[in-house]
Amino acid sequence: MKSSKFDATVLTLGFAFLYIPIIILVVYSFNASRLVTVWGGFSLHWYRTVWSNQGLMDAAWVTARVGLLSATIGTVLGTLAALALVRYGRFPGRMLFSGMIYAPLVMPEVITGLSLLLLFVAAGIDRGFWTVTIAHTTFTMCYVAIVVQSRLLTFDRSLEEAALDLGSPPVKTFFTITLPLILPAVLAGWMLAFTLSLDDLVIASFTTGPGATTLPIKIYSQVRLGVTPEINAICTILIGLVTLGVIVTSISMKRTELRRIRDEHVAARNAT
Amino acid sequence: MAKSLGPVKRKFSPWTDPAAVPFIRFENITKRFGDFTAVDNLTLDIYEREFFSLLGPSGCGKTTLMRMLAGFEEPTEGRILLQGKDISGVPPYRRPTNMMFQSYALFPHMTVEKNIAFGLQQDNLPKGEIAARVEEMLKLVKLESFAKRKPNQLSGGQRQRVALARSLAKRPKVLLLDEPLGALDKKLREETQFELMDIQTNLGLTFFIVTHDQEEAMTVSDRIAVMDKGVIVQVATPAEIYEAPNSRYVADFIGDINILEGTVVATENTPGVVRLDSSGVAVAVEQECQVVKGDQVAFAIRPEKVRMSLDAPAETSVNAVYGEVWDIGYLGDFSVFLVKLADDRIVRAAQANVSRLVDRPVTFGDMVWLTWPRDAGIVLTR
Repeated sequence: MKSSKFDATVLTLGFAFLYIPIIILVVYSFNASRLVTVWGGFSLHWYRTVWSNQGLMDAAWVTARVGLLSATIGTVLGTLAALALVRYGRFPGRMLFSGMIYAPLVMPEVITGLSLLLLFVAAGIDRGFWTVTIAHTTFTMCYVAIVVQSRLLTFDRSLEEAALDLGSPPVKTFFTITLPLILPAVLAGWMLAFTLSLDDLVIASFTTGPGATTLPIKIYSQVRLGVTPEINAICTILIGLVTLGVIVTSISMKRTELRRIRDEHVAARNAT
Repeated sequence: MAKSLGPVKRKFSPWTDPAAVPFIRFENITKRFGDFTAVDNLTLDIYEREFFSLLGPSGCGKTTLMRMLAGFEEPTEGRILLQGKDISGVPPYRRPTNMMFQSYALFPHMTVEKNIAFGLQQDNLPKGEIAARVEEMLKLVKLESFAKRKPNQLSGGQRQRVALARSLAKRPKVLLLDEPLGALDKKLREETQFELMDIQTNLGLTFFIVTHDQEEAMTVSDRIAVMDKGVIVQVATPAEIYEAPNSRYVADFIGDINILEGTVVATENTPGVVRLDSSGVAVAVEQECQVVKGDQVAFAIRPEKVRMSLDAPAETSVNAVYGEVWDIGYLGDFSVFLVKLADDRIVRAAQANVSRLVDRPVTFGDMVWLTWPRDAGIVLTR
């Protein structure tokens, strides 16, 4: 086929565009030389420096805590918002509410960050760990709400009705039937929220304060003083973690899919 | 699957007993969704241990009526009494009814066993009792060896059984079944119909079933209510519905029927003789029909009650028509002959194929006489 050569070229260029910068970064993280652009042989030196760099490690710890906490709160709030939007029919202001859920997705981060900063200043809240966490919760919950909402739209309501019919009150039904079934979407939402919080620079830099420097802020401020191989090393570690996450998720999804297919075969064989 | 023979069906007709107290009573029920009236001022009584079917086309309000009984919808007007008690406002999880859903609604993340146990666990029964009851239910639906399976490891028929077992596990006063056999293939559906009847008789429960499948309703029910556009057109036993429909709608909805429209041109002294216009067909029925000259009526007769012959009958002036065999449908057990009358109307006559002859004495283009006895047809005024 003639078009396949064209397709291959486009594909190669696309992937090259995406991955060459990352590959360069990873390769130079193993550079023995202090100069970023000159190859001086293989070394793990910079990884050791990262480990002993207290400032970077503190920032990583702050980022992890902010990410875990804001993703968790954001997931709870986002799931509740999705339930309200999908389930409670046409309450007054539903359109406004659903529009508002999407707004932070298209809102420039600078504006979100600035408005949150103004809020914290107006409320007289000292900026620090908690303000970053609150800020991250606000914008990540929208993503969770959207992920969970799309799952709920295809959720068979009769499952909940069956549970109610069998004597399970609504709240119990939510925890025994609804939540276990939408859990994959909720977890996906959590992962998304955690990742977004992990790599946010703009909003964090508006809302942070002394003693709550997140990793992206730390990296950015160091880069302004010049790119060191140390930064390459910490970035490579981050890439490694994210890649691991993606691989684990896709393998488990693949296995679920295979199990489903096998179950269907079993069912077909048992058909009476 | 062997069919177990349950106890012989007893003579059961509490609805003819004026002293009988209805188990469920729908009292002037109206349900509106916005501008749409799904159920319109409907009153209906259902008796204990009755196998009651609500039959109608989709969108006639039958499912809404069932959902109001289960508690998923509240009536806009009127009330529902269960054993004489008004159950309006009682949430579904406190009603002594259980429902088998059309989609079965099995919990996909639970095994068959856990699905069946779910309702029992809500009542906080002791563990041993739950296990015993689950065992009993699995045995009832013959799925003992499938207890540890997940619903998606089961075939459609097996899922249907799990759904039935789950809804029966709590021994509800009333079991609601929403198109219970709709997803099964024909053969399995017929088997399951008889099993349902056995279960209902053996457990002594009241079954309330919603269906659009008239054959299903005819087979299983003690009584059928035919619904159309939110109102009940007729409530009667399957035989009455089939043999004495009260309207063209019911006659047409249940089974195959010939309906000859006409104006009454004369009523004769002999009771029940009505002469219809256009084709000049005269029909005589054994029926007190309150018709006078000029009334628009329909004469309805089932194809299997029409006799067909090449020779003229002794009496040709009444309950006899003459026409040409226009088409023949061979169904195996029956052949349906479509006979075209002089005025182009088609009358269908079903003839049982009692011999294995492939060449029938009557074939396309033959002129035949169709006759029927006086008790075979019915004059409908509605």
